[in-house]
Amino acid sequence: MSVLVFVELKNKLSKAAKEAITYGKNLGSVTVITYGNAPDNVLSEMGEYGAEKIWVYRSLNEANDQVLCNFIVKAAKKTDAEFIVLSQDQTGKAVGPRVAAKIEAGHVSGAISLPENSDEFTVKTNVYSGKAIAYVTVHSKIKVISILPNSIQPVENKVDSSISNFEEDLGLGRIKIKDLKPLGEGIPLPEAELVVSAGRGLKGPENWGIVEDLAKSLGATTACSRPVADIGWRPHHEHVGQTGVAIRPNLYIAAGISGAIQHLAGVNGSKVIVVINTDPEAPFFKAADYGVIGDAFEVLPKLTTAINNFKSSQV
Amino acid sequence: MKILVCISKVPDTTSKINFVDNDTKFDENGVQYVVNPYDEWYALVRALELVEAQGGSVTTITVGTSADDPTIRKALAIGANDAVRIDAEPVDSFFVSKQIANYALKENFDIVMTGKETINYNGAQIGAMVSELLDMPFVSLASKLDVVSNVATLERDVQAGIEVVEVEFPFVVSASKGMAEQRIPNMRGIMAARTKPLNIIPADDQKPLTSVLKFELPSPKTGCKYLDPESMDELVELLHNESKVI
Ligand SMILES: Cc1cc2nc3c(=O)[nH]c(=O)nc-3n(C[C@H](O)[C@H](O)[C@H](O)COP(=O)(O)OP(=O)(O)OC[C@H]3O[C@@H](n4cnc5c(N)ncnc54)[C@H](O)[C@@H]3O)c2cc1C
Repeated sequence: MSVLVFVELKNKLSKAAKEAITYGKNLGSVTVITYGNAPDNVLSEMGEYGAEKIWVYRSLNEANDQVLCNFIVKAAKKTDAEFIVLSQDQTGKAVGPRVAAKIEAGHVSGAISLPENSDEFTVKTNVYSGKAIAYVTVHSKIKVISILPNSIQPVENKVDSSISNFEEDLGLGRIKIKDLKPLGEGIPLPEAELVVSAGRGLKGPENWGIVEDLAKSLGATTACSRPVADIGWRPHHEHVGQTGVAIRPNLYIAAGISGAIQHLAGVNGSKVIVVINTDPEAPFFKAADYGVIGDAFEVLPKLTTAINNFKSSQV
Repeated sequence: MKILVCISKVPDTTSKINFVDNDTKFDENGVQYVVNPYDEWYALVRALELVEAQGGSVTTITVGTSADDPTIRKALAIGANDAVRIDAEPVDSFFVSKQIANYALKENFDIVMTGKETINYNGAQIGAMVSELLDMPFVSLASKLDVVSNVATLERDVQAGIEVVEVEFPFVVSASKGMAEQRIPNMRGIMAARTKPLNIIPADDQKPLTSVLKFELPSPKTGCKYLDPESMDELVELLHNESKVI
């Protein structure tokens, strides 16, 4: 079975790319397509996860939805792909459904599992903002699968791989990219495995130092509840929940967040949840694995110290 | 400026999610429906702001049954000029996109807007599919949209940060947080909405490409282990040895 995997590369093989290649390898023999000028060692590292053929469109340098769509569709035709796999990240959201519509293929948005063992192709996705799971069956011959970040464990599975250039006329993009305001260095929230989050219980933006200290000790990404973003204490991109970013990290630490249903909706896919709250009745404790009833202003620095001690004992 | 805004109904965010008929159908019992927040708060309100400032019209479109009419009226109460409902169950995203595109092809809209995703299916599919079917560029996850004559400047979410882009009419855009502020309809709007046109159009044939076999609720947490605020070393040790996340 021929599988086409689309990934975006910088100077490192991203976790999203490893997840997508691992997923593809489970479905058949994988051709990976990518664009831009990633160095050869990054390209060949994809072979470690099962990429047999690697095609690079080197002269293509920016993500323009129509151009990328044509790229994927042309490569899918060439490889006679039955499966097209990509990550459900920002680019994936713009391009995955577009590819599916172009070739009239069924699209799975945000797959969280490999296909079930059944005659038809069925995979699980999160629905109702993480409050439920749907088993989605795809009826078309070609299937486009966008996988949710942090759902598939990357597995090394070395194969012999070849790298070659891909050049074809893909038409012109009609979106002109004028500027990029970079996010900074940290791991973006949807990909983060460790997240430290805080809410209105922190009382003001000037108090976020203790949240950032803990995040730094852990190597975690920071997040916040909606009101905190709405009143401008924290940037909007940190807002998690039903109307913010939905995340599924391994560890979610929430301090001074009550655990409203709309907040839980976006974070209850986390593997382990730690809740720190002064109020023993806070609803968040019902969704928690570990709870600390206490003042975030005292508990967070103590937890940071404990993490630092643990880290220094590990080396 | 002619703007089409795609809106759909979703269960109120406080709804308990349950399923019936052997877990194949959403349990609507006691559920209140609202306009999908991304469609209403951001896409619709920004469309209205643009038209109020520069002239034009805002039409909403929904693929749904008469059960959608109350939420469509809500969108009209907020200020849309008229509404279209394609009369069919929204069976899958391709089916819905095809219906919207077929209608939009006949109408020459300058901008087609959607919310970035619905809060029930979280598919984030309709905008991208409609744009392909209309052969238009698609600006996804936009948090800002400004228009000068027939050129739009937008800010959108990309992996690396916030990208500023420019695109000419016509195009499709999906709206995320920041594009506008929620508007509460006033009494005049609610009265006016009753007589605004809601055109019901039969659906075109299109076989769905996907279907939902069944639903499942995530397994509940087994219970919370409480730790004393003084024992953070113990918490770290549990995170390391018991749950193995650090
Ligand atoms: C349509 C809709 C969509 C929504 N979407 C979202 C969403 O996506 N994400 C989201 O987060 N919310 C969302 N909300 C809002 C949600 O309902 C809650 O209002 C919000 O999550 C509460 O934020 P909070 O927990 O930070 O604040 P609060 O509810 O005010 O809770 C603060 C908590 O901090 C605790 N606390 C106070 N002092 C301390 C201290 N010193 N130490 C430790 N704990 C302390 C308090 O006991 C309390 O539990 C939505 C609401 C609606 C209506």
